[in-house]
Amino acid sequence: MPERKEVSRLNNELLKKALSGDELAISKVLTNIEYTTSDGLKYLQELTKLSGKAHTIGVTGIPGAGKSTLLSDLIETYVSKGFRVGVIMIDPSSPISMGSFMGNRIRMQDKTLLSNVFIRSTASRGHLGGFSSEALMLMEAMDGLGFDRILVETVGAGQTDTDVMSSVHSVVVLTIPGAGDEIQALKAGIMEIGDIYVVNKADRPEADMVYDAVRFAVESGEMSWRDGWKPLVLKVSALKKVGIGELVDALEIHSEFLKKKGLFETRVNSRRRKMIELILRRKVNEVVTRVLESNSAYISEMLVKGELATLIDSLYSSVKDEL
Amino acid sequence: MDKRIKVIVAKLGLDGHDRGAKVIARALKDAGMEVVYTGLRQTPQQIVKTAIQEDADVIGVSILSGAHLELVPQIVEAMRNAGLNDVGLVVGGVIPPEDISKLKSMGVDEVFLPGTGLKEIIAKVSSVAGKKRGIKVEQ
Repeated sequence: MPERKEVSRLNNELLKKALSGDELAISKVLTNIEYTTSDGLKYLQELTKLSGKAHTIGVTGIPGAGKSTLLSDLIETYVSKGFRVGVIMIDPSSPISMGSFMGNRIRMQDKTLLSNVFIRSTASRGHLGGFSSEALMLMEAMDGLGFDRILVETVGAGQTDTDVMSSVHSVVVLTIPGAGDEIQALKAGIMEIGDIYVVNKADRPEADMVYDAVRFAVESGEMSWRDGWKPLVLKVSALKKVGIGELVDALEIHSEFLKKKGLFETRVNSRRRKMIELILRRKVNEVVTRVLESNSAYISEMLVKGELATLIDSLYSSVKDEL
Repeated sequence: MDKRIKVIVAKLGLDGHDRGAKVIARALKDAGMEVVYTGLRQTPQQIVKTAIQEDADVIGVSILSGAHLELVPQIVEAMRNAGLNDVGLVVGGVIPPEDISKLKSMGVDEVFLPGTGLKEIIAKVSSVAGKKRGIKVEQ
C-alpha cells in the first residue's frame, strides 16, 4: 500500500509543487480542498497522512477584542524564532447575500511579504459555532504541507461558540476591559474553553480588574481545567506589542504539556473527527435549505391553516427522503 | 458547494481615501462575492502576494492619487512574474479618460471612473471572473 501512495503523490504535479513550498500551488491546493472538489478530497487525504505535527492554536473572543492584531504579533514572534507559520482567518458570511467582507488581513498586511508566512481568509459560509469545515480542512492541509505553527482566528465569537475547543491544540480566549464584570467570567460557554486567557488592551486602567476576575475564576476552580491543565491568565497589549513573548512562552509550555501527557495526538484525532462532523453537517444543512426552498408555497399554506404538526412531519420526511 | 467569486479590494500606493473602496467592497459582498479587503497604502507586491495566498479570482485596485500609470504596471508585472495570468485586474478611481486605453493595453480588464454605478461594477467584475477563471455567474 505505501507504494501506491507514493505513486499517486508523484503523479500529482500540483501537490508536489505545493509540498515543495510553491505558494501559488499551495493556494490552489487549498482552494480545491475548501470546495471539496474530487481533486481536493484526494489532496486532503494525502496531506492528512503527513499531518499531525503542527502546533495548532485557535484565537477566539468577541468582535473587536483584538484577535487579528494579536495574530499579527504572534506571526512576527513565531517567524523570528524560525518557524513556518500558517494562518487561517474566518470571517462571517452574510446570511442574506452569502457574500463576505473579510477585513482581518488589514491588521497583518505588513506580514504578507515575510517568506515563512502563508495567510488565508475563509468565509464562514453558513457554519455556526465560530469554526467551519473549510477552516478545519485548510488547517489539516497546512499541517500536511509542513507548516510548524498554525494560527486560526475564529469568527468574532459569542458566548456559545465553542467549536474551537475540539478543533485546535491550544485555545486562546481573548477578553478586554469593559466587556462585563466578574459574573461574565464565571458563565458557561466561551469562558470555560480557554487553555490560555488573555486580557488584551492591558494598557487600559480597568484591565487589572478583569485580569483579577479571570484569575480568581481559575484559582477558585470555578473555571474548568481541561485534561488537568490549569488555564494560564496573561495580560497583553496587542497594539503596543506588550506581553507577546510571554504568550508565546505560555503556548510552548501548553504544547509541551500536551506532548508529555500524550494529548497532542489525541487532539489531532479529535479535530479530524470535528472536521468530518462539520463536513457532514454542511451536507445535511444543504438538504434542509433545499427542502425549505422547494416547499416555500406549501409552508405558507400550512401556516395559514395552522397545521403546524403535519407541516413539520412532512418536511422532515422530505429531508429524510433526500438524504 | 458552488464556487464563489473571490475578490481582493486594495488601496494602492500613498492614498488615504478609502471610502470608495469600502463602498465597492460592500457592494460586491452584497452581490454574494467573498471580498478580502486589504486596507490602505498597499504596495503592488503586497497586493499580488495577497492574491496568490487567497487564490483570488479578481484583483480590484482603488487609486485616487494620480499615480496609476506608475503603479498599475508594477502590479501587472508582478502578476505576470507570479504566474497569475488567469486573474482579473480592475482599477477604479480618479483616472483621466485618456488613460483608460493605456491601462487596458497594459493588461487591465476594466477601468471604473467616478460615477460608475454599483450595478455596472458588480456585473463587470462578475464577467471578468467568468472570462478569466471560467466561473459561472447567475445574475
